[in-house]
Amino acid sequence: MEEVHILLRNKNVEHMIDASVSMKMGGYDGLRNALSMDGAKVIETLKESGLRGRGGAGFPTWLKTKFAYDAPGDSKVVVCNADEGEPGTNKDRVLLSSDPHSIFEGMAIVGKAIGADRGYIYLRAEYSYLFPLLATALKSARNLNVLGNNILGSDFSFDIEVRSGAGAYVCGEETALFESIEGKRGEPRTRPPFPGTYGLFGLPTVLNNVETLANIGPIFSNGIEWFRSIGSENSPGTKLFTVIGNVEKRGVFEFPMGVNLKDIIYEVCGGIAGGKELLAVQTGGSSGAIINPGQIDIPLDIDHVASSGGRLGCGTIFVIDDSNCVLDIVKNTLEFFTNESCGKCIPCREGGVQLLKLITKISQGKGYVRDIDTMIDLSITMRETALCGLGHSTAIPVMTSISNFREIYDKHLDKDYCPKCSPKEETPERGLND
Amino acid sequence: MLHNQYSFTTSPSALVQVAEIASNYKGQQDKLMDVIIAVQKVVPSLAEDVAAVIAREMGLSQNHVYSFVTFYEYLSVKPHGKYTIRMCSSAPCHVRGAKEVMETIIQMLGINIGETTPDDRFTIEVCPCLGICDISPVIMINDEIYGDLNPEKARELIKKYKRENV
Amino acid sequence: MININIDGIDKQVENGITILEAAKLIHVNIPTLCHHEDLTIKSVCRICVVEVNGQNLLQPACSFPVAEGMIIKTSTPRIIKARKNIMELIFSHHPQDCLNCNKNRTCELQSIAEELNMSNPIRYEVETRGKEIDTSSPSITFDANKCILCGRCIEVCNTIQTVGVLAKENRGYNTVVAPPYGKSLIDTACVNCGQCVQVCPVGALTIHDDINLVYKNKLKGKILVAQIAPSSRTTIAEALGAEPGTVSTARIVTAMKMIGFDYVFDTDFSADLTIMEEGNELLKRITTGGVLPMMTSCCPGWVKFCETFYPKYTDHLSTAKSPQQMFGSVIKTYFADKAGIDPENIFSCSVMPCTAKKFECNRPEMKASGYQDVDVVLTVHELSRMIKAAGIDFAQLEDTPFDDPFGLGSGAGELFAATGGVMEAALRTVYEVLTGKTLENIEFNAVRGFDGLKEAQIDMNGTIVKVAVVHSLGEARKIMDRVISGQADYHFIEVMACPGGCIGGGGNPIRNWKKVEKRTVQVYEQDKNLSIRKSHDSPAIKMIYDEFLSEPLSEKSHALLHTKYVNRQDILRI
Repeated sequence: MEEVHILLRNKNVEHMIDASVSMKMGGYDGLRNALSMDGAKVIETLKESGLRGRGGAGFPTWLKTKFAYDAPGDSKVVVCNADEGEPGTNKDRVLLSSDPHSIFEGMAIVGKAIGADRGYIYLRAEYSYLFPLLATALKSARNLNVLGNNILGSDFSFDIEVRSGAGAYVCGEETALFESIEGKRGEPRTRPPFPGTYGLFGLPTVLNNVETLANIGPIFSNGIEWFRSIGSENSPGTKLFTVIGNVEKRGVFEFPMGVNLKDIIYEVCGGIAGGKELLAVQTGGSSGAIINPGQIDIPLDIDHVASSGGRLGCGTIFVIDDSNCVLDIVKNTLEFFTNESCGKCIPCREGGVQLLKLITKISQGKGYVRDIDTMIDLSITMRETALCGLGHSTAIPVMTSISNFREIYDKHLDKDYCPKCSPKEETPERGLND
Repeated sequence: MLHNQYSFTTSPSALVQVAEIASNYKGQQDKLMDVIIAVQKVVPSLAEDVAAVIAREMGLSQNHVYSFVTFYEYLSVKPHGKYTIRMCSSAPCHVRGAKEVMETIIQMLGINIGETTPDDRFTIEVCPCLGICDISPVIMINDEIYGDLNPEKARELIKKYKRENV
Repeated sequence: MININIDGIDKQVENGITILEAAKLIHVNIPTLCHHEDLTIKSVCRICVVEVNGQNLLQPACSFPVAEGMIIKTSTPRIIKARKNIMELIFSHHPQDCLNCNKNRTCELQSIAEELNMSNPIRYEVETRGKEIDTSSPSITFDANKCILCGRCIEVCNTIQTVGVLAKENRGYNTVVAPPYGKSLIDTACVNCGQCVQVCPVGALTIHDDINLVYKNKLKGKILVAQIAPSSRTTIAEALGAEPGTVSTARIVTAMKMIGFDYVFDTDFSADLTIMEEGNELLKRITTGGVLPMMTSCCPGWVKFCETFYPKYTDHLSTAKSPQQMFGSVIKTYFADKAGIDPENIFSCSVMPCTAKKFECNRPEMKASGYQDVDVVLTVHELSRMIKAAGIDFAQLEDTPFDDPFGLGSGAGELFAATGGVMEAALRTVYEVLTGKTLENIEFNAVRGFDGLKEAQIDMNGTIVKVAVVHSLGEARKIMDRVISGQADYHFIEVMACPGGCIGGGGNPIRNWKKVEKRTVQVYEQDKNLSIRKSHDSPAIKMIYDEFLSEPLSEKSHALLHTKYVNRQDILRI
């Protein structure tokens, strides 16, 4: 299977940090076209393209932009969410390091749409080694007048500042990100009000994922029909899939939306490493559904995966072989979410820890059927009442693993020995495998 | 009043540097992150006196600074060693043997997670996904990335650092 | 107006109100925990979730606005289950000793647990945060284990009072509300205003209980002499179950005598004394070029705030003590002498709406009488507990007058309870002393009401006296900044730390703004009902100057009734 390199088209080009090299490769052509459009036309183009967010929510990019466009006020802001914290996701790092100008261009075009004169890139602390690269790239862009005052001789001015995160997954949530930039704890805000009217610094804001922004320049330089010809009806364009875990070949791959999950695992990534068998797959990162081998024959686009109970999310495909235990994976995931919970709302702050305690108990062979019932009940409450996506998502791996791998949970309830879950010292207490 | 683990004091000359950094941003609360990241490079830890200086220079309360710092993993009120070893514990590293690598490192340095060696050279932390999963298991030592690790490679790596052979 | 359907009932409501507000219109009080009607919307407890058509997930009623055609259900089985699950989560991280808790039966968590019919065993292991209870502050007891992280105290301390002592530490399950760097309250800039206690829904922040000190000294055989603040009249009945704004001047005296106080005096008297001293001090500063604007000093929370954040400007503060402390000095000198009691045997108490007064009475310089002038301060809350513990049915008591020789104070002294009251009382006296004329219209409406900043200019026979009144420390900060930058063109400024003035003080029964408004109405009514409405007309005042102090600002007055301030800015340096 051949990859389709649009976002990764410049991956192997040298000196892409240099704006002039980027322009030689077609960079900023999209911005050039957008400069001659008014805001409404830019939004119209985005609408026709059908571009949907690549950060996880899959929200139509044009609609998000329109909210900020419609909002009253002269001062508006564009934000790039480079807080790629979803475990297993590497795509934004690859984009930022291999083609930073594509991101700047996308931000500038969104800025043109809403009449913003400044943008912020929120870069996670774990990627702080990319700061010098981005700083150099920005400087180079300003030198060539594709950023800064009166871009390419137009009356549109737009510049970008990079702000650092400091190790908090929750700051990948839109409003938590704003709070963090504003010098506060990264705790998500209640909505309403929505970021389109009240975002960063209380201004109308459009926040986009790095990959979403990388799509915008090509749309404006190659056109709507071109973009719509790739991918599927409801999710046009390509998607970057980060495939990691127990596969032979790991990395970031670009395919049209709708590519088959099974094909990616076996044809593109060489199947399970080390001669093992597939146990489970989790799509969309730690907050995605955990599915069993019987469920992997699905096309990977936003709506198909959603309709099967999962989430395409950021496009992470986590492959798990049978030397692992699903409960151990779920426990690891819950440890992640409890550490990353901001602590503001009760369902997530308290519920996450109780789920972790329960899964630990069950995995160590000390659980009962009622503990699984409690986990399901609590998961539903967390999913329904938590303040932000982190709380909602904590429940998903729990609920899906219980429904897709019930027999493994039952094994642990039966107190059968599980080498992955049981600490070695406790083996004398339980029965051996038959 | 005994403040146990919070009782770190900072040298007057370092505090002067802190004041210099922070005084550029009076009234600009959104610059707090930048200030703290810069300050972390010149002081051993974001102790009480450091926070008091930042608060005064920027027009914030000391409590706001403390509350901010304790929220984020990469900001620390406790001193870190010369080398901060961050070991990824997320699932994609976990299924490729991160646990054994972690155990090796812990055993070699003789300290628990979150602690610093008595000679102030190494601090070990467990961290969530570093975003470099194609070469998992991964650790970072300060800004250097080390991937495709196993217990033997981890052992060799720590030995190198112990001998300052980096 | 828009049309919505809520719990099957069609209703026309204002566009943009929250579902919580809309539900009230159909007589449904959706349970809430973190919500407080006088503070910003938090939406963190998630108890108030409801079903909204078109939304997959449950939405919080406190923050979700209504829209045309919305269909809302406020208590389906799905919702009740969610609420109970959330309560269960709170229980699993909360101490289980309600019987031994100061907040028993007034706790909002208990109320919701009862409303929601919580009666099944918790499915989780109960764990508490393992934090030590902070009893270092004389005013506030802080038990971080009971905190449910509603965020109300943080808003009050940081945004409204701008003191900035409490904030969240760490994140996730380990989040805890605390002063920074593990400090105890006594080592922070806390000014003891007790507004955090007023908003805490559970027993995490409560008033430091000094009742045992009173019992102890009674057992030792001391003579218990009490003074009751003007505001206490308006809140003691409320504390014992009456409607907010019920006044009960004379019944308090009866109750207090019944529980063992030997003498009960009216702080109204020393409020008048404060006016005499402070009013004359103001006139002296105006006529001899003293430091202006002069600022009131009867509020100990404000005084500590000024000493901490504006230590170079404490010369603006009047040197007059607060009514409580003035009375303390007088009781152990003038009164002890008159009654033939050895001041060594007097245990001087006060009943105050204020938690900061507990700090004030222990200030080292408050020993003008040769002994600690005021030995203990009981808040109205604590007094109500003493009365309850004695089984007294307060509403049925007969009246008893205050003890002589101080009797009843003037209407001006009554006004101290409300924001603007000290100013109005002062103006009534200052006017007559400065002009030598009788003040006809003694009600100064310009300084009444709840605006953050109130200003007035009074023509006193050609001299225009400019005054300002602020309440809440956030407003105090603003006006102090203006004083520093030279933009406060006033002669006299009244500052009250608590929103609403003492009537909204930390030591009162827990209140919301509506209650403060009701209480305030009564304060001004009380003033109207008294025949003597100016401090200098009070017979007790004439008596004490004639027999003891000779005149305002005399040497004796200075020794007993005036004080000095300290520089506390070092607390901000560590």
